Amino acid sequence: MQEFIEFTLGGLSSGMIYAAIALSLVLIWRATRVLNFAQGGMAMFTTYIALLVIQQTGNYWLGFAVALAAGLVFGAAVERLVVRPVESKPPLNAVIVTIGLLILIEGVAGMIYGGQYKSFPPGYSIVGLKVGSTSLGISRNDIFIAAAVLVAAAALYVIFTYTRAGLQMRASAFNPAVARLLGVRVGRLLTVGWALAGLIGALAGVLVTPSTFLFPNSMDSIFVLGFTAAVIGGLDSPVGAVAGGLILGVVLEYTGYLGSDVVLLFGLAALIVVLMIRPSGLFSTTATRRV
Amino acid sequence: MTLLKHAAAAVAVAIIIGLLTFRLDGYRDYQIAEVAAYVVAVAGLTILIGLSGQISVGNGAFMAIGAYTTALLQLHAGWLDHLHITGTWQITVILIASLLVAAVGGAAFGLAAARLRGPYLAGATLMLAVAIPVSVADKYAGVFGGDQGLGVTITTPSVLGPAFSPTRWLAWLTCAAALIVLIALANLSRSRVGRSWRALRDDEVAASLAGLNVARLQVLGFAISAACAGVGGGLLAIVSSIVSPGAYTLTLSIGLLTAAVIGGLGSIVGAVWGSALLVLVPSYLMNVAGSHGGKLFGLSSGSSPFVPIAAYGVVLIAVMLLFPTGIQGGVRRLFGPAVPRAAEPFGLLRRRGPASEHQEEGTI
Amino acid sequence: MGAIATLASAAMVLAACSSSGSKSGATQGALTASAPGITATTITIGSHQPLTGPAAPGYSEIAPASNAYFQYVNAHGGIFGRKIVYKYLDDGYNPTNTSTVVHQLVLNDHVYAIFNGLGTPTHQAVVQYLNSQQVPDVFVASGCSCWNNTSSYPDTFGWQLNYIREGKILGSYVEQHFKGKKIGYFYQNDEFGLDGVKGLDMVIPKSQVVSRQTYVPTNPKIGPAVAALKAAGAQVIVSFSIPAFTALLKLTSLGLNYNPMLVVSSVGTDPITLDGLLNTYAKKTGSFGKSLSNGIITDGYLPSVGDMSNPWIALFEKIHNKYDAKAPFDGNVLYGMSAAYTFVEAMFKAGRNPTRADLINAINAGLPQGVAVAPYAYSATDHDGITGAYIGMIKNGVLVPLGHVLTTKTSPGGAVTAINAPQPAPPASGIPSS
Repeated sequence: MQEFIEFTLGGLSSGMIYAAIALSLVLIWRATRVLNFAQGGMAMFTTYIALLVIQQTGNYWLGFAVALAAGLVFGAAVERLVVRPVESKPPLNAVIVTIGLLILIEGVAGMIYGGQYKSFPPGYSIVGLKVGSTSLGISRNDIFIAAAVLVAAAALYVIFTYTRAGLQMRASAFNPAVARLLGVRVGRLLTVGWALAGLIGALAGVLVTPSTFLFPNSMDSIFVLGFTAAVIGGLDSPVGAVAGGLILGVVLEYTGYLGSDVVLLFGLAALIVVLMIRPSGLFSTTATRRV
Repeated sequence: MTLLKHAAAAVAVAIIIGLLTFRLDGYRDYQIAEVAAYVVAVAGLTILIGLSGQISVGNGAFMAIGAYTTALLQLHAGWLDHLHITGTWQITVILIASLLVAAVGGAAFGLAAARLRGPYLAGATLMLAVAIPVSVADKYAGVFGGDQGLGVTITTPSVLGPAFSPTRWLAWLTCAAALIVLIALANLSRSRVGRSWRALRDDEVAASLAGLNVARLQVLGFAISAACAGVGGGLLAIVSSIVSPGAYTLTLSIGLLTAAVIGGLGSIVGAVWGSALLVLVPSYLMNVAGSHGGKLFGLSSGSSPFVPIAAYGVVLIAVMLLFPTGIQGGVRRLFGPAVPRAAEPFGLLRRRGPASEHQEEGTI
Repeated sequence: MGAIATLASAAMVLAACSSSGSKSGATQGALTASAPGITATTITIGSHQPLTGPAAPGYSEIAPASNAYFQYVNAHGGIFGRKIVYKYLDDGYNPTNTSTVVHQLVLNDHVYAIFNGLGTPTHQAVVQYLNSQQVPDVFVASGCSCWNNTSSYPDTFGWQLNYIREGKILGSYVEQHFKGKKIGYFYQNDEFGLDGVKGLDMVIPKSQVVSRQTYVPTNPKIGPAVAALKAAGAQVIVSFSIPAFTALLKLTSLGLNYNPMLVVSSVGTDPITLDGLLNTYAKKTGSFGKSLSNGIITDGYLPSVGDMSNPWIALFEKIHNKYDAKAPFDGNVLYGMSAAYTFVEAMFKAGRNPTRADLINAINAGLPQGVAVAPYAYSATDHDGITGAYIGMIKNGVLVPLGHVLTTKTSPGGAVTAINAPQPAPPASGIPSS
């Protein structure tokens, strides 16, 4: 029973991080139909900036806030400077550009900060919590991570559903030409979409790095799993992103018990199983193809 | 006619390469061998994406399958010796076996993923690239050598004499294999299968209405591209004399995709450009930027090795921005319509809104 | 010494040496290009190192540290007047890249030898090539016992304490001091961990081991593995883990309210690296300062890097501050400098105008103990390096020895025995001139 609690809660906790990355990928996909391979790299870079701030000022929350702000700016800048020129080109061009960007970001991070591990502080205590004498397998920090991601997801939901800007963003993604005719500033909203994705990615980076340590490649495997979570949940669905992340987190935690070498195999199996049943992800709305 | 034309071109290229390997030094021969190994894999991928319109970020896994097959067969080559198949013939048989095993793997994956499109297919292949090499090698470490991997050795045929440079032989072997595969791919592209693929890529519903078996064509596409990746993996194992999981990471699969797109999708010559960029540019940057970049930016010994990495990222972005239809597309623009064009995947990762232009494609 | 040699050679007539099998004895003579990579003024050696990529943290400090020691030697007369040029190239821990850069070093840069090639899967890619080309492949930076293969790899030499020996030495401490306790193994899923466990199994009774869990460096989520160890009731965990995963083991245990005794391989317990990883958590766990790493038991085959009273450490710290100051002075730097010191020892023994064979023969004849705490095994039939280590405990960020140096053989039969001889002191100049 103890192990069941530990594994499930632990899996949900790591699943929250995958959910955050998946959420940022879904945001970008819905807005610009681009697979952003640099998402993890951007999150790593903003975490370095947070570390600098924390080391200079000794204040964790200031570093946290700066990371989120840097994520906003970084996302917007990438959309404007690097993705905009390839938006009207064949779709794979944008993918290659984001791959090049990922390599560039990792290179620059190494140039500025060096390749050694750096320790990144958690927001709250990492000592395991107990109910009576049963260890829960999660800590205050894990609860904070879950809360932060859920708040971010809820905020996004509110923005998209209930605000005018959100409605315009959805319109721009659905049919940019018509949206333009209706007076929507499509280009600006695409930038906003990338900026929000950058913010969520930065949040994921700051939350997960205490347990991976910070170095230029630290977000690589997290990105792969976040992408997988997004695919499982359906790339068009933010709810799917969160669900996919949680499912993947729990599956990987339980299969980790069977051995560290088979974890990825089970991840692949889970993905194939989901996709064979629902080829566009669990929460995809339509399965029709446009003629 | 097509076959003759392609074969003649291949022979001409073979003669040029042969002469080059005598003029260049041992290390350049090694680099030629490396490029040739990658060309095979990239060509298979560019056909998959450019002609059949499917995406794969996981061909590194098929390269690994081919490489491990080559290594294992070479390790247990006793039965081949019994059949009096030795030397270069042995390598040929082993490479063909690697091709077949990888093709089966590709077909199996194609079947499982037959209903997937666009980013979902990309996600599935991504997980394939990440999961297969590590898991298989570590799980059955007794057979696959675990993390250390398996060594691969080939010997230069004695008929060439003891003074023949081993790297030159590697270059000859890999280039010969590459040319044969490229001829086959070029012919395939011009055949009915190639035309069916293009129809499928451009409009899947119309193609199926016209009577094409969509699923079978898709599986065939994966099988062929996996077969090419398998041969490429086997060649790479021979060139680098090792197969281990660390050599077949996600980075390799992403590199293959990058090479295919930057070279020019659907174009065989594009595969050559892409592979050359993939192999030669990082090495060049490491030597140039590695030695001077550190001083240029005043970096410590821990930070200056990252300069070539950042520089490579810049190169990728710049080339992609400058050559939106790939390097082969740029070459075509420079030299005019005499050179056939590169293909463009239409339905792939479709975005809504005005349809992007698509041009007529060629294969070379 | 170097100045006299240069003067003498300038005054004498050049005697042509044949490039094969020349015996360069103690006679003063002109410096010639006696082998590829050797000129009258330089010795060029090469290496493959993970300077970038996921394996870079920690390991990328080693080659610059070796280079720092070489620069010190160059500034003080070099090797018989020749300066060492150390060309180490980045392979990103990818064996395909290793093969490429080593071919470049051998075919393009014509290096005299490959020194301290780092990594087991990476070096496996090139060991056959180097031996077939008869390029000396000395002091491989990996504890695999596979480098000790004089029949297949006569030009390859290990250097550090190999993992099987280390497992036996750690295991002997566990077997003596934790009788009756439940033991769990936590190890990296490659030959580092597998060989280490092989050594442990030779000494610790299998009945005592209640759980064996692995990890892969690409997956930092070791929660399930640690939970499994806790569920099995392991009171002592013997860990063959790199520093990041030693730290993660400690942190994850805290998250599960689990507090086993940790016995960890020297690979994963450089106190400075560990504390760098752990000390930001100190406040969030109710502990302060360096106490998260306190009490970890480990082994060491080089002097403790925090022990400034040790003359070797003092020497290397001085050199580090002059030539490699930007890096922290930690276990990786000590490793790099110690391996470089061993190479210089070997080069001085190889003679004034060495061929490649001369270097091999010099090491085969045995090398003095130098900075290691136990003797080298080098002989014509044994290419293993350091043969022993001491057990120590981390106290306040310093590794404190807990007893004599222990030594053993790689084979299951060899017992673990103590050595009593004190470690030799470094030469006054810091350079092991012959």
